[in-house]
Amino acid sequence: MAVVHTPHPDLPPPMISVGVVGWLRRNLFSTPLNSLFTLGSLYLLYLVVPPMVNWALLDADWAGTSREACSGEGACWVFVRLRFLHFMVGFYPESELWRPVVVFGLAGLLLLYLLLKKLPYKSYVAGFGILVFPFIAFFLFYGGLFGLPVVETHQWGGLMLTLILSTVGMLFAMPLGTLLALGRRSSMAIPRGLSVVFIELWRGVPLITVLFMSSVLLPLFMPEGVRLDKLLRALIGISLFQSAYMAEVIRSGLQSVPHGQYEAADALGLSYWKAMLLIILPQALKNVIPGIVNTFIALFKDTTLVLIIGLFDLLATVQASFTDSKWLGFSAEGYIFAGFVYWLFCFSMSRYSQYLEKKLHTGH
Amino acid sequence: MKKYSISTISSIVTCLLMLSGFSVQAGTLDEVKKRGTLVCGVSTGLPGFSSTDEKGHWKGLDVDGCRAIAAAVFGDANKVKYAPLNAKERFTALQSGEIDVLVRGTTWTKHRDTALGLNFVGVNYYDGQGFMVPKKLGITSAKELDGAIFCIHAGTTSELNLADYFAKNNMKYDAVVFDTHDQAAKGFEAGRCDCLTSDQSQLYALRTQLSKPYDAVILKEIISKEPLGPVVRQGDDAWFNVVRWTFFAMINADELGVTSANVDAMKRRSVNPAIRRLVGLDGDKGQSLDLPDDWSYQVIKQVGNYAEVFERNVGKGSALRIRRGLNALWKDGGIQYAPPMR
Repeated sequence: MAVVHTPHPDLPPPMISVGVVGWLRRNLFSTPLNSLFTLGSLYLLYLVVPPMVNWALLDADWAGTSREACSGEGACWVFVRLRFLHFMVGFYPESELWRPVVVFGLAGLLLLYLLLKKLPYKSYVAGFGILVFPFIAFFLFYGGLFGLPVVETHQWGGLMLTLILSTVGMLFAMPLGTLLALGRRSSMAIPRGLSVVFIELWRGVPLITVLFMSSVLLPLFMPEGVRLDKLLRALIGISLFQSAYMAEVIRSGLQSVPHGQYEAADALGLSYWKAMLLIILPQALKNVIPGIVNTFIALFKDTTLVLIIGLFDLLATVQASFTDSKWLGFSAEGYIFAGFVYWLFCFSMSRYSQYLEKKLHTGH
Repeated sequence: MKKYSISTISSIVTCLLMLSGFSVQAGTLDEVKKRGTLVCGVSTGLPGFSSTDEKGHWKGLDVDGCRAIAAAVFGDANKVKYAPLNAKERFTALQSGEIDVLVRGTTWTKHRDTALGLNFVGVNYYDGQGFMVPKKLGITSAKELDGAIFCIHAGTTSELNLADYFAKNNMKYDAVVFDTHDQAAKGFEAGRCDCLTSDQSQLYALRTQLSKPYDAVILKEIISKEPLGPVVRQGDDAWFNVVRWTFFAMINADELGVTSANVDAMKRRSVNPAIRRLVGLDGDKGQSLDLPDDWSYQVIKQVGNYAEVFERNVGKGSALRIRRGLNALWKDGGIQYAPPMR
């Protein structure tokens, strides 16, 4: 009879090194110094969080239609609620409100379609979204066709304007930046020179200067009778400015593609554009997704600078409502609301970029 | 390429040459009529003067100034396109023709009236630096403020005016300086100082932000002159006249007691020749201004007389509760005065 040796089963680890207690010991109380920091942080949180929650939620006023509805103890969200529509679309006439709603609804559907996995014809939908949809959006916003009344650009505002400024900036910055990046790495002197000059010129001036030039100086230089729309001027300024930054991000991507890839493309007998479009750029762009999204997020927040030229984006609309004499003194609520909206958009962009990175992580 | 750049340069040079004399296109009135809307430069936000309400409609004393001009020209006060401008770009916008008139709490000074190629049309609000003190101190005059501590907004003319005023009256003071108006008001509320000083219209706005607004009083004394008024381009007298007389019509209506509520009745029944001229029944009506005959009637009907506009936006009917003070009519102890309409 062979004796089968059965080892004694492992004893469970000691209680204090597993579960919640174990995690706390490992992460928060591993050394006396760490314990001290943990307790200190807890105390700070105790000092800050309960008053904030009290102010923003528990003592806050939500219902009502005038400032009398606000007790003054907590936040007065009535202010934000009553002006919500104004913050969203600015001065867009109420009777035409369905137009921005349709545009943003469509944009949302398009995005959703592209985000969901395993749906057919994604490239067609993307192409439609980039090439055709902006025109549809413009005609719906502006009107003037098929009997839609014209809503001039000075009536556009709020979150709608912020989104217009940043999407147009992104849509133009991407291709223009790619061209500039390719130009800067080109072996031909003229495209290289022009790209370098363009990039360095636009990166060398602050965005606020660009906007200021476009709004204050440009009108003085224009011939009489010729008047470029203020929004258009700002859009051009932002797009050119952003493409210079984008160019450098994409150039870093181009440099990260191993030289062998270029040689392989040449060896296959591909033309320059084919090599770039089929082999180099897909790899380069994939490598710099964090950089690209970083630039987009920065752009999204930079658009608030248009308030210095009197365009009413989200932040400017919020700030302007602080001066309504019926509602003076509610700036904290307004700023928190604006901050929250910006955070929502930036955070979504950042999550999407991480999803893209994972999805496109095909090599190695 | 080369040809294009030369034409660009030459057009820029031409523009610069034209700008050096600030000779701007004549006939703003015709242009406005042709366009069908008035482009009016307002502030991006000044409580009581131009701000947006819950629906995003522009409201305020300055905004009503724009509406009055549109009512005079088109008979419709809503045909205004508002161009919100900040302090820096406001004059460029006017000089370049981007706006037709600037009604933006702009102080009338010699430099602006002459060197900038602009013309001030009148004064729609006489502002000036004032003092706000807690009621419980029982102070009624600025002369009693010797040795007081002041909350001031840094880097403004208020600081300089205050120093001048106290030096002139041989009094002493201490100052606590803040970065923004809001902070100064918070400091005042927290008792860091005895007195808050700024332009009066600003003081009234800041007062509404205090937790107990009516525990603070604003003293009568005004220690600086800040006449605020509408501005047009120099060299277009026809347009200047339109803007100026629109404003005068509102003052005259105030003086004659014609309001938006009673103007229809007045038009039907009044025998007072001054009123009959004002509402466009007698006299030269709109002819010399190249406006419709009922232009002043429309201004009063749609926007109101000066008193109505004042009380609605900054006076009794608003949260600011500014007293008429200097802005009362000349016969009531103020200095608002308009030449007769005849």
